[in-house]
Amino acid sequence: MYRWDFSPVAANADLLAAGLLNTLKVTGTALVFGVALGLVLALLRLSRQRLASWPAGFVIEVFRTTPPLVQLFWFFFALPLIVGIEMTPFMAAAVTFSIQSAAFFAEVFRAGIVSIERGQWEGARAIGMTHGQTLRRIVLPQAVKRMIPAFMERAIELMKTTTLVATISYADLLFAANEIAQKTFRPLEAFTVAALIYFVVIFTVSLAARQIERRLAVSGESTVH
Amino acid sequence: MGHQWDFSSVLANTDALLVGAIGTLHIFAICLVLGLSFGLVVGLGRYSRNGWFYFPATAFVEFFRNTPVLVQILWFYFALPILLPFEISPLGAASLGISLNSAAFSAEIYRGGIQSIEPGQWDGARALGMRWGQIMRRIVLPQAIKRMLPALTNRAIEIFKMTTLASAVAYVELLQQGKLIASLNFNPIEAYTAVAVIFFVCLWPLVQLSYLLERRLRRDE
Amino acid sequence: MTDDVLLRVSGLAKRFGANEVLRGIDLEVRRGERVAILGASGSGKSTFLRCLNFMEMPSAGLIELDGRLLGSERRSGGRTYREAELTGVRQRVGMVFQQFNLFPHMTAIGNVMEGLRTVRGLPKADARFRAERELARVGLADKAAQYPAHLSGGQKQRVAIARALAMDPEMLLFDEPTSALDPELVGEVLGVIRSLAEEGRTMLLVTHELGFAYHVATRVIFLADGAIHESGTPDEVLKHPRQERTRAFLARHKEFSL
Repeated sequence: MYRWDFSPVAANADLLAAGLLNTLKVTGTALVFGVALGLVLALLRLSRQRLASWPAGFVIEVFRTTPPLVQLFWFFFALPLIVGIEMTPFMAAAVTFSIQSAAFFAEVFRAGIVSIERGQWEGARAIGMTHGQTLRRIVLPQAVKRMIPAFMERAIELMKTTTLVATISYADLLFAANEIAQKTFRPLEAFTVAALIYFVVIFTVSLAARQIERRLAVSGESTVH
Repeated sequence: MGHQWDFSSVLANTDALLVGAIGTLHIFAICLVLGLSFGLVVGLGRYSRNGWFYFPATAFVEFFRNTPVLVQILWFYFALPILLPFEISPLGAASLGISLNSAAFSAEIYRGGIQSIEPGQWDGARALGMRWGQIMRRIVLPQAIKRMLPALTNRAIEIFKMTTLASAVAYVELLQQGKLIASLNFNPIEAYTAVAVIFFVCLWPLVQLSYLLERRLRRDE
Repeated sequence: MTDDVLLRVSGLAKRFGANEVLRGIDLEVRRGERVAILGASGSGKSTFLRCLNFMEMPSAGLIELDGRLLGSERRSGGRTYREAELTGVRQRVGMVFQQFNLFPHMTAIGNVMEGLRTVRGLPKADARFRAERELARVGLADKAAQYPAHLSGGQKQRVAIARALAMDPEMLLFDEPTSALDPELVGEVLGVIRSLAEEGRTMLLVTHELGFAYHVATRVIFLADGAIHESGTPDEVLKHPRQERTRAFLARHKEFSL
């Protein structure tokens, strides 16, 4: 009968805490840039100018149709050689996951904007608003409310995807767990604790997202997914 | 600046890439079948009104949807063997992690699909004297499958992409071979670009198929 | 004359949480009788019908089919019903729904065959033969290969009736069979039900078609607040109602004129 012993893991709690912090750092960075870039990509994609919509579409398709881990390796190992700059694991991760999540956020944005019925556009045009004004004042505010659940879903996905950084030796929570496992020869306890920490953090955000969705549903907002 | 792209070293290693591709397809097939079929079982559990089925199914779904797959794979590879009298191979650990994760996600797809079948169908079938199993088999699931096809196709695409995670435990699939070629030939750019292109070429038809299915479903509704 | 009684209901009650929908209904239906059940919405008439083939489980009361008391007594009071017994009852008691509830992924003949194949276990060819006969009986032999999506409401309901008839039921339950139909399609369905009545089939019919009830039913029951408020021949209940509420109900359905 195996005797569980969490004390070596507890002794390294500082490593775990640092790891968790780094996980949140990468996730947070990718989220912020991903949402911003996603909006840009979505607007480009919706543009009637082929010169804008095609490249945007290309980026979106490539980053949705290739595995994130391949993208990460490419940005960490390949890009520095092409562009000639040093890439730390954090930078590679931030760039990769910003663009990768942007590709998915772009689709959420696009679905949300498209779901606003034409009447809104026509009403705004009839009182003389420009395309940009309509977007900013009429369409986006309504669209954003509908997209919140899908956003939260993608944000949670992002939190899970960023664990991939452990494979390029970025000191996130999973990497820390692996280090501790090797140091203390207690892989069972180390990885179990890491899994539980991930579960608690992500599950909490997940529950919060569901609460928000329920609140939105009550207020009569329809949502896109 | 101005890197000279040279794919010759990659092309010289097409056999290595082929081995990787076979490995990818192998684990993809395993995880697709296991994940989607176990997912149906869990989905039925989630749909059940019996607490004995509902609560374990819910716990399973919540746990495997809210933990990263890579963590699960490493747990199965490093942690589980401690509890068991035997070792777990890279394929075993990766398959377990990806399959259970996919089962959790597809369980919700199945549950949603079954729930979307209007109660009148159950009424009509029950009034004829059909039992639960017969109703599921003949009336509910055939109709639900059509509605679930887009989401299940997306799930299959995700599983295909997740196979790259098996490289973290050194399972021989495409990305792992890419790493090998890159380290042997010092050409990470061409190697990883080639791997990315291969994945894109393989997945793009599936992605287009899922768009098609989604459009057809929305049209039929 | 208990040989003649096909259905006997005593003290049937149904509660949904705190809401008492049926408050003790007693009813006897003899073979060949056609009982029309009228009532305002919320009177419990659909719930009553659905209790008879256990689409809803009664909260209290006894149901006897063909002389056999259904279910068994629970020590804690009330009755318990085995699933096998209930599926057996449903094979002998056919039901036609307001919303048809046809299976959209099967053709008309597929729908009619389904009970025979899956529940009775008949081989495909035998099931098809019987199904073709039932479809012909409701006048839709030429629509056998059509999917429900391509049928009109009236045609769908006739297929639903054929589907119920295919099981050779001893009793038919109609739950507002024409309420979901456009007015011009009501007649074709009522025509089929009328021909079944003329064959001497035992049926209970929840309906708003008072004229039809008058001409086809052998007995009319008026339900209010989950209990039988008035009962009698069509002439008694529809033309000379004794109770005030019955009169008020009939007055609201003024399109009924004899």
